[in-house]
Amino acid sequence: MQSKREEIKIGREKLQRIIEMCKSIEDRSLDPFLMDVDDIISTIKEYFPEWKLPEDLCLDAETIHHLASVIKLQSEWVKHRSTSLYTDPFLLEEKLVRIEKEDTVETFLKAWHPIVELEQISLHSLAEALRYWKSLLPLKERWKEFPPAEVETSLATREELIKQRILRDKAFSEELENFWQELKNQVNEKGQEGKIRYWDFVGAENYEETVHRAFMTSFLVTYGYATLEIHSLEEEIFIKPNEKPTTKIGKKQLVSIPIAVSTEDWMKWKRGELQ
Amino acid sequence: MLFYRRHKKPGVKGWELRKALGADYPKVLKILDDHLKVLDLQVKTIFEEEKPVEKPTLEELDKARFYITLRGELTPKETKMIGWRIDDLAGLAITITYIIAKKGKAPRKEVEELLRDKLPGWKVGLNVDRYIRYGYLTQDENEQLYLDWRTRAEVDQKALIDLLLKTEA
Repeated sequence: MQSKREEIKIGREKLQRIIEMCKSIEDRSLDPFLMDVDDIISTIKEYFPEWKLPEDLCLDAETIHHLASVIKLQSEWVKHRSTSLYTDPFLLEEKLVRIEKEDTVETFLKAWHPIVELEQISLHSLAEALRYWKSLLPLKERWKEFPPAEVETSLATREELIKQRILRDKAFSEELENFWQELKNQVNEKGQEGKIRYWDFVGAENYEETVHRAFMTSFLVTYGYATLEIHSLEEEIFIKPNEKPTTKIGKKQLVSIPIAVSTEDWMKWKRGELQ
Repeated sequence: MLFYRRHKKPGVKGWELRKALGADYPKVLKILDDHLKVLDLQVKTIFEEEKPVEKPTLEELDKARFYITLRGELTPKETKMIGWRIDDLAGLAITITYIIAKKGKAPRKEVEELLRDKLPGWKVGLNVDRYIRYGYLTQDENEQLYLDWRTRAEVDQKALIDLLLKTEA
């Protein structure tokens, strides 16, 4: 004897199959009478008392919904067959395959009454066009109405260029040197063993500033103004200022270290949760 | 108004005629239709509903579209003169008939397969696209083909099926 579980499983599979069958009838324009509606309804009825879970009840409702669509198609099918336009499609297909091209055209021409339309200009629109042409001012006169705006040229000051963000107020190298100095000061004040935690140096009051500081720090490291110390096991990163900028190119293999500066990390650092 | 094409479609809507001719425009159209007989033309009314309406109300007429179509028939020679090759016209006839037989909707693949039997393969897709462009057919996102406004205006579907069934193969 089948266990209850197995019976429910079989019931679900049957409903899924019914849904698939209904869908293929709906989508592929198959004969809706291929489906025995009475038989399907008795299957749905048989399994209905077994459904306790909402998912199963939904499946049951979906089956009914698709079955209703097929019944609607059956009714349309009957309606179409009762109209004068109905012809057995197989008979017609057979005829279309066997009939000669010339005969098809001759037959079609007896039922075809093409639309007659004009694509030429009418007297009325010609008169309209002439009226428009008469009232249209010559180009010379029309262009006079929109004199081009006169622009004076003069020298731009450095302040103006900074305001327009074409120039920065400090040269990048100058900014980098200042940042290096700031790192050294912070290490002296808050650091230990000549180094400071990465986030303690990079972190700022707002996120934008933090990202800017992280960006500048990356240049400090790349250009040899500082080095990174990474303690993988403790998941700690320190930044250590060099006394003099050093260049390691050619001596050691350089590696890129991606450090994520996400808003989450920044918030954690603000709350003192990020070590 | 009836002859000229505005935007993509020729013909004119009933409400446009009412605006131009007044509420009695159906009578004017009737007189025009009589006049057009001598030119072998006719005024064709296509209602919004698929089926022709026997006694249309004014509202139904306002929503309908009116065209001028040929009253009689063309000969194969004349079709060439208006730019239709016999192959293309046969393809159109087969496509329309097949869609009618399939209750007004048929997968493009099936139609193309049917056409490939008598038309060169490279031409089949191009022809179907052309029928769509002219307004004889329309296609949905599932590549199902339907009859479009021009077929409804130009083709007497019942006559086509009857004649085709009577044709001896």
